[in-house]
Amino acid sequence: MSSPKEQGKHKGSKGEVSRRGFLEVTSAGGAAAATVALDRPAAAQTGAQAGARIAGPGPVAITLNVNGKMLKVNVEPRETLLDTLRGPLDHTGAKRVCDRGTCGACTVMMDGKSVYSCTVLAIDAQGSKIETVEGLTADLKNDALVKAFVEHDAQQCGYCTPGFMVAAKMLLKETPKPTYAEVKAGLSGNLCRCGTYVGLRGAVLEAAQGGRA
Amino acid sequence: MAEYNWPAMAERSWIGKRISRLDGPQKSGGRAKYGSDMNPAELLHGAILVSPYAHAKINSIDTSAAKASPGVTAVITIEGAGKEIQWEGTIIAAVAAETEVQARDAVRKIKVDWQVLPHLVQDDDLSKAGSRAKPAGEKIQGDPDAAKAAAAFRVSGEYGIPVLTHCCLEPHGQVIQWKGDEIVSWCSTQSVSNYAGDLGGQIEVPATAIKVHQDHIGGGFGSKFQSDQWGAFCAQLSKQSGGRPVKFFLDRNVELMIAGNRPSHYAKITLGADKEGKITLWESDSWSTGGFTGGNIPPIPYVFTKIANQRLSHNAVSTNNGPQRAWRAPNHPQASYLTCAAIDDLAAKMGKDPMEVFLANFDLTARGDAYTRQLKKAAKLIDWEANWKGRGKNRQGHIAHGLGIGVATWGGAGHDSRATARIHPDGTVELECGTQDLGTGTRTIMVQVAADTLGLPMDAIRLKIGQNAYPPSGASGGSTTAGGVSSSTRIATTDALNLLFEQLSSSLDNTPAANLEAKNGRIQVKGNPSKGMTWREACRKLASPIEALGHNNPRNPRGLNTGGAAGVQVAKVSVDTETGVVTLDKIVAVQDCGLILNPKTAESQVYGAMIMSVCGALYEERIVDELSGRMLNADMEFYKLAGAPDIGEMVVEMEIDPENDARGVIGLGEPPVISGIAAIGNAVANAIGVRVPMVPLTPRRVLDAMNGNGRIS
Amino acid sequence: MEAFAYANPASLKEAIASLGTNWEDAAILAGGTDLITLMKQYVYSPKKVVNIKGVKELKGIERTGDGGFRIGAAVTIDELLKNRILGEEFPALQMAAKGITSPQMRHMGTVGGDLCQRPRCWYFRNGFGLLALKDGKSLVAEGENQYHAILGHNGKAYFVSASSFGPALVACGAKVKISSASGVREVNAEDFFRVPTSDAEREVDLKPNEILTEIVLPVSRGTKSSTYEVRQREVFDWPLATASVMLRMSGGKVSEARIALGHVAPKPWRATAAEQAIKGQTINEETAGKAGEAAVAGAQPLSQNGYKVQLAKTAVKRALLAAKG
Repeated sequence: MSSPKEQGKHKGSKGEVSRRGFLEVTSAGGAAAATVALDRPAAAQTGAQAGARIAGPGPVAITLNVNGKMLKVNVEPRETLLDTLRGPLDHTGAKRVCDRGTCGACTVMMDGKSVYSCTVLAIDAQGSKIETVEGLTADLKNDALVKAFVEHDAQQCGYCTPGFMVAAKMLLKETPKPTYAEVKAGLSGNLCRCGTYVGLRGAVLEAAQGGRA
Repeated sequence: MAEYNWPAMAERSWIGKRISRLDGPQKSGGRAKYGSDMNPAELLHGAILVSPYAHAKINSIDTSAAKASPGVTAVITIEGAGKEIQWEGTIIAAVAAETEVQARDAVRKIKVDWQVLPHLVQDDDLSKAGSRAKPAGEKIQGDPDAAKAAAAFRVSGEYGIPVLTHCCLEPHGQVIQWKGDEIVSWCSTQSVSNYAGDLGGQIEVPATAIKVHQDHIGGGFGSKFQSDQWGAFCAQLSKQSGGRPVKFFLDRNVELMIAGNRPSHYAKITLGADKEGKITLWESDSWSTGGFTGGNIPPIPYVFTKIANQRLSHNAVSTNNGPQRAWRAPNHPQASYLTCAAIDDLAAKMGKDPMEVFLANFDLTARGDAYTRQLKKAAKLIDWEANWKGRGKNRQGHIAHGLGIGVATWGGAGHDSRATARIHPDGTVELECGTQDLGTGTRTIMVQVAADTLGLPMDAIRLKIGQNAYPPSGASGGSTTAGGVSSSTRIATTDALNLLFEQLSSSLDNTPAANLEAKNGRIQVKGNPSKGMTWREACRKLASPIEALGHNNPRNPRGLNTGGAAGVQVAKVSVDTETGVVTLDKIVAVQDCGLILNPKTAESQVYGAMIMSVCGALYEERIVDELSGRMLNADMEFYKLAGAPDIGEMVVEMEIDPENDARGVIGLGEPPVISGIAAIGNAVANAIGVRVPMVPLTPRRVLDAMNGNGRIS
Repeated sequence: MEAFAYANPASLKEAIASLGTNWEDAAILAGGTDLITLMKQYVYSPKKVVNIKGVKELKGIERTGDGGFRIGAAVTIDELLKNRILGEEFPALQMAAKGITSPQMRHMGTVGGDLCQRPRCWYFRNGFGLLALKDGKSLVAEGENQYHAILGHNGKAYFVSASSFGPALVACGAKVKISSASGVREVNAEDFFRVPTSDAEREVDLKPNEILTEIVLPVSRGTKSSTYEVRQREVFDWPLATASVMLRMSGGKVSEARIALGHVAPKPWRATAAEQAIKGQTINEETAGKAGEAAVAGAQPLSQNGYKVQLAKTAVKRALLAAKG
């Protein structure tokens, strides 16, 4: 499998990005508007006069802060954060299931809040701190929630599980000692088809009592 | 000939223990790689054009603009001019392009001139089916007319259970590369070992030229046995694109339209009973559809197969919808619902507790003792005696409470499976098998069996599955995998161990192999543990690796696995009589399943199956519009599944005892998914005092039934 | 999704300048939960998407000079829920927010987006147009209408307003502010929602070159309010019927009532007959039930949604009983 870097290169060489000018990113803290690429120079100038920069509709170079790393990638404005993470950036923990902001399998954190990455534009995620399930469980062996998920067998096919993991992380961040009702509420933005809810509810409750998630 | 018996219950080190699934951390942390996660270099993306009509003819198709669209590397027409399309979602053409959005753009540029034809997409009203309904089965047993005349009690009812879709979370599809003479598919399949042959047959390539990789699969439930047309056309797209790999997985809406569904079943049923409540008569007029080919007769009367007098007639209704596929326990949940609802209605007609009526009739089943024992256990676990009141008689304010019963039966004997065990001189152990782990815990039970047999810790076993390079093992369907792979593993590891014993004999005072045992990481003389050596020392004596192939032959499973699972479920519900909203308070499953290899993952199967039953009983159904022919809820918003807060308390009682254990391993995928809908449906009837004929029990159907409009619809 | 250009204005002025004169020129992106879904399904394909999340003027919840509240249109549902004082003063709004049970949806979705979201009608979402016309006839009336309108459908628009906050804002007498290049206008929440008569119209009083900027809540002193939603599932699910009520009490009796229904009509439906029925009454099971009856007196259920009459009735009753406390 190719690394994200290679993927980006490949896309650049095959696509049309290389023929378009774009602003280089200088720091992670830059405002989104300052980091988006400018499309056709004429369009960019018109946008500048009106005050709002215009990017696209063709591919633009963007930089995303994913799990603390600044990753450059070329996307069209219409490409979602989910597809960008899963494709060119090769972060495949978030899954594409309903692709309509219903099932929660694509859940990631943006600026510390869980969101459905299938209904976030990648270009719109610039300047935000994005944490995927891989980053949130970086210490896989010692992560209290991972341990609890395993102990309570909170996964079967496992395709929804990363989304539930991020939802559970979110819940415990805001409510470190949730009640059972709060656990159920915290998992109300996600769906599972195999039926792992009994394990999930138990796992989140136990991890909360462990207090290290 | 070697003995392969399972070790006695008291002597097991890993088998039968509550072991956490081995791939749990990988799955929980999003590291497990599915076919849809594969991003090989030079990857292209596929997209498809599907029919927006349920029935139509293609007058002409023009793909020239698509071919010229930016980034496009290949376009394939699948259904050309003149073809008649029989369901919405039929794939018409496919495109490969550099990026997914480019592929989708190109699809939008394909022009099709359609001739729209009349369709039938709804199946709940048989009278509207006309010539699309065809007689598909008649049966007469005993003397139903006489039984009807003689019956002390007679009850007639209408019941319906709609088409469901599998809704696998990982859609159907694959990443596939056809480069030169070799094809590699990173697919999502329930049949790793058979995929290559199936795909090869479609595209006329020898199976030996096709490599299959699948570490994980995001749900199948019976819908992923084939390589499917997308396997074939994506291989062609790859070939036509100079051998670059193509990723294509169905969009959710198309997944729900064409990638498999569970047939509906509707029936008008009359039951007769004598004055003691013994069922003497079954009469049913049933119909069903699983799409254009209609639907098979359900196995009714279900479980109570020995009802003396029966008359059945069935119609298969051909509709313009995507085709059915096997759905976890094909036809059983429907049959259980139809049968148990009718028996529950009979009990109500007699003014009796259905618990009594079910118990009084279990001698009409093949395993009356098991059902009697199980139902009594379940009754205790839900405190039936204290909680049951007559229909509509358990109300507190606007909340009505109710209890209900469902029963299930299934086979579940192991499939044909081969596994290779290899012991290396450095002490490492490899186990290879062309099976797949659907999330049931197949990996885990195989390692448990191997480690138990070899007297080793589980982490000493290196398991390799998910590739067709490994010994062939059956498709995972029909609850056949646990029995199949546990048996092939047991045989392979036992044989490999015996080969090791034979080579060690000379080092252990010529102790015959039969007198050696592997325990706690040592090879030792039976009854004399001090005489022996560590596993590593033992293996070091090998000049080259030892290998043994284990085969589970379903015709002679050597006592390691068998079929025949029985189960009951009882449910307790609350119904808000002002809104019709049903809440499942508690559901209890009592399930026998032979030798339970891993109670933890076994319980997960039962929990998951009960949750699926909650979905089927309360929420999910395919909704198609007769006017437009379209599926209106081909999404996960209105194709409703239960969420974490919607499932109530769940209690699982696995029957683990010497008698069941002695039967050998029985598969558990299907048995627990069968009876929950019946149990919940009956509990709702008990709560509100009337039968809601059709599931799922939506507020609309519950309120309609309470208002006297309880029809199938 | 069709390709589009992306604008990321930092100020309201920039945002307004980025809009066009037709709906196809530009779409406003806030939480994205609705817009991106519509675009993915090709139900709506604007040439430009204007992200307003960076517009400062649309943020924040503040006390107004007269003691009411101002809620920026880009305030998220999560931010609204966490504003304790707003919750205490306007329980109806808080309860409506709680009905959006998905944490992800709360983090993404904005108050303005909730008001401006398009209907969830499955004919609309499947590309049959807002009114779901086929050969000039609505598919809904004879089709799959279990989730459709029982009130206010006037033989054309059968979808239901999907807004969670709409009924509560109507009940609470809120206003909304709308900005364009030509200035700011203020509209009663009740008048902001409208029933379109053609596929080209929108369900809210907004023009393509306007932006909904804030919601203005009046002084809450002396009021009690609540929202009751009938939902089938606790996991995220669209309500089947909703009622929001706001009451002023005097001597244990209702001196003023405002009641609005949700998910039963193409717009949040003001139930004036129910308001009349409860006025002057003490609130109990019986009077609340009668108000519920009055709320649905004019209902015209379709072939599959008669049950929603019962749900709306119950929602009004339960909202009144909850507001009474």
